[in-house]
Order: sequence, then C-alpha cells, then structure tokens
Amino acid sequence: MELDAQIPESPTEEMWSTHKEHMRLVGPRNRPRYRVIMVGTGLAGASAAASIAAMGYRVDCFCFQDSPRRAHSIAAQGGINAAKDYRNDGDSVYRLFYDTQKGGDYRAREANVWRLAELSASIIDQATAQGVPFAREYGGMLANRSFGGVLVERTFYCRGETGQQLMLGACSALAQQIHEGQVTMHVRTELIDVVVVDGRARGIVVRDLVTGQIRSHAADAVVLATGGYSNVYYLSTNAKGCNVTATWRAFKRGAGFANPCFNQIHPTCIPAAGEQQSKLTLMSESLRNDGRIWVPRNQGETRAPGEIPESDRYYFLEERYPRFGNLVPRDVASRNAKEVCDEGLGVGATQRGVYLDFRDAIVEHGRDTIATRYDNLFEMYERITGESPWRTPMRIYPAPHYTMGGLWVDYNLMTTLPGLFAIGEANFSDHGANRLGASSMMQCLADGYFILPLTIGDYLSRHPYGDVDTDHAAFADAEREARGRIDRLLGIGGDRTVESLHRELGHLMWNHCGIARNAAGLEEALGRIPELRERFWSDLRITGSGAELNQSLEHAGRLADFLEFGELMVRDALLRDESCGCHFREEHQTKEGEALRDDARFAHVSVWEHRGDGVDPVMHEEPLSFQTLPLAQRNYKT
Amino acid sequence: MKFTLRVWRQKGDAAGGFRTYPIEGVSETSSFLEMMDTLNEQLSTRGEEPVAFDSDCREGICGMCAMVIDGQPHGPMPGTTTCQLYMRHFPDGSLITIEPWRSSAFPVLRDLVVDRSAFDRILQAGGYVTLHSGPKPEPNSIPIEPEVAEEALDAATCIGCGACVAACPNGSAMLYTAAKVSHLALLPQGQPERYERVKKMVGQMEKEGFGACRNYAECEATCPKEISIKFIGRMNRDYLRATLVEPVDPRGPMESQ
Repeated sequence: MELDAQIPESPTEEMWSTHKEHMRLVGPRNRPRYRVIMVGTGLAGASAAASIAAMGYRVDCFCFQDSPRRAHSIAAQGGINAAKDYRNDGDSVYRLFYDTQKGGDYRAREANVWRLAELSASIIDQATAQGVPFAREYGGMLANRSFGGVLVERTFYCRGETGQQLMLGACSALAQQIHEGQVTMHVRTELIDVVVVDGRARGIVVRDLVTGQIRSHAADAVVLATGGYSNVYYLSTNAKGCNVTATWRAFKRGAGFANPCFNQIHPTCIPAAGEQQSKLTLMSESLRNDGRIWVPRNQGETRAPGEIPESDRYYFLEERYPRFGNLVPRDVASRNAKEVCDEGLGVGATQRGVYLDFRDAIVEHGRDTIATRYDNLFEMYERITGESPWRTPMRIYPAPHYTMGGLWVDYNLMTTLPGLFAIGEANFSDHGANRLGASSMMQCLADGYFILPLTIGDYLSRHPYGDVDTDHAAFADAEREARGRIDRLLGIGGDRTVESLHRELGHLMWNHCGIARNAAGLEEALGRIPELRERFWSDLRITGSGAELNQSLEHAGRLADFLEFGELMVRDALLRDESCGCHFREEHQTKEGEALRDDARFAHVSVWEHRGDGVDPVMHEEPLSFQTLPLAQRNYKT
Repeated sequence: MKFTLRVWRQKGDAAGGFRTYPIEGVSETSSFLEMMDTLNEQLSTRGEEPVAFDSDCREGICGMCAMVIDGQPHGPMPGTTTCQLYMRHFPDGSLITIEPWRSSAFPVLRDLVVDRSAFDRILQAGGYVTLHSGPKPEPNSIPIEPEVAEEALDAATCIGCGACVAACPNGSAMLYTAAKVSHLALLPQGQPERYERVKKMVGQMEKEGFGACRNYAECEATCPKEISIKFIGRMNRDYLRATLVEPVDPRGPMESQ
C-alpha cells in the first residue's frame, strides 16, 4: 500500500492557495458528463453533493434515513468554530491551527489542519448566505461563545441546535439541486458494497430498505460521507443507525483505514440508567462554560447535592487545572471524571456520574441569561431524568461520541483506493488523537463546500467519463456476494437477538478499549472478539425475509461489520504503545496522570491494509512532520 | 412495569389491524422507544416479526420517530417527540394504543413506518436561497436584529417530523410549510425569492394531497418544537401578496443557469 499524502511543496500557509491554482479543472460543458456517487447526507455529504451538483456534475446521493435532513449531524448542539476574530481577542488562522494541532495531541497532518483553519471563516459566510439564523448581538452582529480547550471566543451558534440549522442550510442547497435534476436522491437506501473496476472505485451496491431490492449504481467517482463508528460501543451519542459498514466495506475493497483506535469519549453526557438503555444523550459541551463540575469530597456521601457545603465539594477540574478549569479538552475532562468515579466519589444510582452545577452561574448572571443560553438543554435533561437543573445539579458521565479515525485520505481527500473519496467524520481527518469542541461541523463543511468540489474535479479531469456501467462483471460479482451475505444472515436460525449481541460487543469494547486501555485488557479483547463473532454467526435469529422492510436484518448486517471492525480497533490500540489525546494507555502517563506521548516511535498515522478474510491486516505508517508547530507536551495546567 | 400494547400491524398491500401484546419487565427509566425495543426483542425471541418503526437520533432532533400514542401524535407530553417520552409518564399496567401517522399524504410502508417524502418535495419546490458554494459577503455587513434572527430560528426549529399533519383533522401541512417559508421570509437573505418561494411551496403542498387549514390549531398543540400558528398567518399574508398584489413578471420566473 502506497501512502503518498500529496502534500504540496510550499510553505504551510500558502499550500492550499498554491494547490488550488495548480489543480486540473473540468470545463463547465464537460461537467454534466461526469457522474459522482455521494453516500451519506450529513453536513459533509449534503454540502458536497450540493456544491458539486451546482458546478454541473451529476450526482447520485444516498442515505439510509427517510430524508437527507435526518443524518446525525443534525444532532450537533453547541456550535461551529471559525477564526473570524470578531471578539478582538487575538484569534487568527494560526491560532485555530495551533489549538487544533495541540488539542489533537500532534497526531494530525499539519497541511490539512492549516487548510481547515484557513477555510473556517468562509463556512460562516456560506451558511449565513443560506439563511442560517446564527445568534446575533444587540447591534445585529454575529455572537460568539467560548468552547473547551481554547482561550478565545470563536464559536458561532444557533441556541443549542447549531447542527440542525447548518444541516438545514446544507440540505436546502441539496434540495435546490434535487429540484433542478442535478442530484438524484435515493432515500432509505443503504450501501452494502463498493465496486472496484481496474483498480478504481466505480460504483456501489445498495439495498433498498423498503423493498429489499439489491441494485448497483455506477459512477466516475465515489464519495463516502458516512460518519463515524462510535456505535461499536453499542451505547454512544450516535444515532441508532450510525454504522461502520460503508467505510468497512471500502477497507475490504482496498482502502486503508487510519487510526481506528482514536475515538473520543465526550465528557458531558447523561449517565446510563440501566440495561434497556439504547443510546446515550449528549449535553452540549457549552454547558461547561457556566456549569461547575464537582463530586463530593468524601466517599459514601449521602446528602443531597444542595445540602453539601462548599468545603465538602471537590471541584476536581478547577483544582487540578487552574488555568482552563472546567474548560479543559474533552479527553482530559473525561478521564478525570472516570478517575474520581474509580476512586468511589461518583454520584447517582450507578455511581458513574459527576455533578455539573449551575447554582453559582444562576446567582452570578441571573436566571434569564442562563435560560437564554441553555434553556433547551435544561429542558431536555429534565425530560430524560425527571430532575430540573434549575433546582439540582445535572449528573453527567463520559460517553463514546466521535471517532477521529477513519479511512486514510491524502491532501485531496482521496483514499488509497483511486476514485474513492472520504469526507467528514468518515475520513481520519484533521483532528489527530482528539477533536476539539465545535470542530467537527467545521471540518465536514470545509470538506464539503470548499475542498472536495475542487479536488474531485482534478481527479475526474484525468479520466474519461462514463466508460463503465453496471453491466460490468464486477457489479454482478459484488451483487452476488452481497446477496450471499444476506442469505447467510437470514439462514443462521439461532436464538439470540441482534440487540443482545450488539450489547455484548459494546460491553467488551467499552471495558477493554474505552476511556483508558492497557495491554492485558486489549490482548483479552483480541481473543474474545472472534469468539463473539462466531457466536453471532451461529446464534443469531432474524425473522422475516430479505425482500421487505426488515430492520433486524439491517441491524444484523451492520453488526456483522462492527464485529470485524472492533478487532481492528483493538489491534490498533495495542500496537500504539503510547498515550496520545483520547488514546490513553495506562502504561504511559506522566506523574500527574496525563497522556504521555512517545514521539520517537509513534509520530505517525497508522494505516491498516486488508489482506483477505482470516489473514491479519498489515499496518503501514505515514510519518508526520511538524514544521509549523514544533512538538510539545500538551499542558492545560498552567 | 408492565403494559398492554395495542399496536397497528400492516404489511405489503394487505389491510392493517391492531394486535395486542402484553409486555412485562419494562424499566421506569426506559424511554418509550426502548420499551418498543424490549417488545421487539421479546417478539424476535418468540420467532415473531418485530414491529417496524422509525427512529434514529433518539434525542428529539432528527424528526424520524413518529407514533400516534393513545390518539395523540408523539403521545401525551407537550413539546416532546416520541423518542423523548419516558415510561415513568405512563401509569403502570395501562393499555397503550400505538398507531402510525394517519394521513393519506403519508402512506404506510409497514407497521408504524410511513412515507413522508411529500415534505421533502415541498422543500425542494423552493425552500432555499438559490446559490453556489464559494465566496460570500461578510456576514456582519448585513446586520440582523437579534429578535429577527430569533424569530427566524423559532420557525427554522421545525424538525420535519409530520406530527402537525397527523394531528390535523384535515391532514393539513400548513404549519410545516409555513415554518419553512417564514424562516427564510424573515431574514434579509431570503428576500429576493420571498414571493416566488411561497407560491412554489404552497403549490407543491397542494399537489401532494394535504388537506386545507381550518385553524383548528391542533398542529401547534402537538408540535414537538412548539412552533406557533402565527407563522401560518404570516405565510398567508405573503401568499396573498405574491398572488394578488405583486405584479406578475411577463417573462416568467428566472431559471438558474
């Protein structure tokens, strides 16, 4: 597997502009002759499909939901970063680049991160022009709030539903292109394989989730915007349908998978209540701006939180990190919450929770101000838990949230499989070993509005259009394999439900490859995942047929891929014998319990290559260089 | 907790009907959909086909979940989607009736799953600002009063679930369409296409077979995002202006290049 990142040879701050100037273009009259497949309609997929369709390319766009607007980007709450420096607090492209690299613990590619920071401001311009109603100040100017891990205020927001509003912007642009016939939208349709012809990605095999029909689509390039794989843990903040299938199928067809062990555990989620729980709900990180995080100082505390005096409250983040306090990066906040719970200081019925308290903020700023900022979040919390944050502190606990790993892509966002692109959370992206808050939407939209529309043109211009259609034998083969997999799933005839097997995988991954990992636990998981996979293929029971709407069958297909993928994740976590960002190997920590990197051995991207079923995958390294921002130990204490 | 569930089952072209299922061992902390998951696990284990229902984010924002519970779309709690209902809100031992959205514009695909693509077609008819991706004006060069931005957001907060249609005795989609139209009509960015947009979207709404609005206001009472029917009045004003007052350009609407 060759890993040429295609990084332009110019100074970092000029790379993107130089690269753009030298890219090959497709003329407006030729663009309608090229067809592009876009899988996924979250912020990355919808924005990319709309942008390239507006340029004149033909696009076939797919989502498994009943409408493109439902993709899980819709659930992002807090906001989107942009280096506008509206607050005059010293923000700049460099500062955003710096924060992202440092936050990612120096495991991202500098060239990509710089470009992301550089494009951030244009995203706000684009979204505003679409009619995204960002919060405004009294004078009519755009408002900003601060977010974890940074010292400037650069986050733009629409109450607690920034994701929905940016999605509506992107989806409205997509709707326009559907109306004009540039985009053919296929809803309730799921990718089940990627088709490769002569070494290039030339199409996909899909299942119509309503009729069960298996069919193929051919194109000149295929783009995966299919999100992350946090549902490998069963319980996560992802939507129920989020899955690894598209990226995993691409991996098995030759695309390298990068840093699968980098997954972010979000610190502010509502703790799990019991075994029937189907997902975890995130409370926006912006709550940490005003909420103070604490646990009782003493084990076995029985008093209600309101009755615990100041002296018996342990504000552990404020005490341990005086400079950043409750606004330390997500990985640091999550790990500290786990630690205090491990010490027996956790709160709530399960003892896996910490308080997030608004008492002082309400006194300081007044109820009205706090209501403007968090009313809908407070409401949501009360609905789920039956407790009001106005009267008693919230209880929060970390939950799997975002995956920094994904398909390896070069500077042009193309995977190692020519013609296959990956954007948004589906690629291994710009966030290194840890993503800062309000940066995921920024990356999705930078990829979708501004980067892919140009780089895909460069690729397409080098190839003739429409020279392969679905009559090619490769499509028939892929369809046959896909049907075989479905028949096999339906024919197992065991007695276990998909949910119960998924829950089992989730427990295994959370316990051995979760907030903190160690070699012994990872080795154990490496032995137990194949066992679980065997049980899946012998004990599963699916009722109904493949020729109808069958949600158990959909879930089973996704779980089958998670059961293979989980093993790769553990393998990667085991091989990365250092701590960095969210990947915390207990063997490697500083005296203060911080992640301790090993730059001499691990300043690289781990890229995994599939070598066939039953054969161990091979890891390749893409070395990372640090020319613009030299390596430094992350420090959020002083 | 235990319940008796009367659930609408429907498959293929066959007529649907209610089936009754007793369910036990439901945790008080579980959500309504988690209760449905538990039912489905019990059905699967017995070799029966689980109840098909839509859900995705399960945090009340994607708009995918859609059940009529005891006659009310999204159930008894105001301002709440089905996925945000919790079983502690239902008396232990009660009978719960669960149906799909009821509207001829939303045909049933299976059990509780309906086809809401009519909503997408209304949006595609004009629910956007026509533009390409690329350099745009600096946002602060067009100041917007915060009250205006907030009001636009009050409309834009619509999650497109379709409860308004399911709640309306006439099956009208006026609240949905009005929310979409008003969001852009309130903002400076939406002005150039304001009147053309309302004509196109209302026209599409009528084509889709939704009923007429008679101001029952059931939609507002049911909307999980509590969107106000004032937006319907606002849309009607724009529509009247677009069809009666605004001069008709003899050249017809401009097509994009």
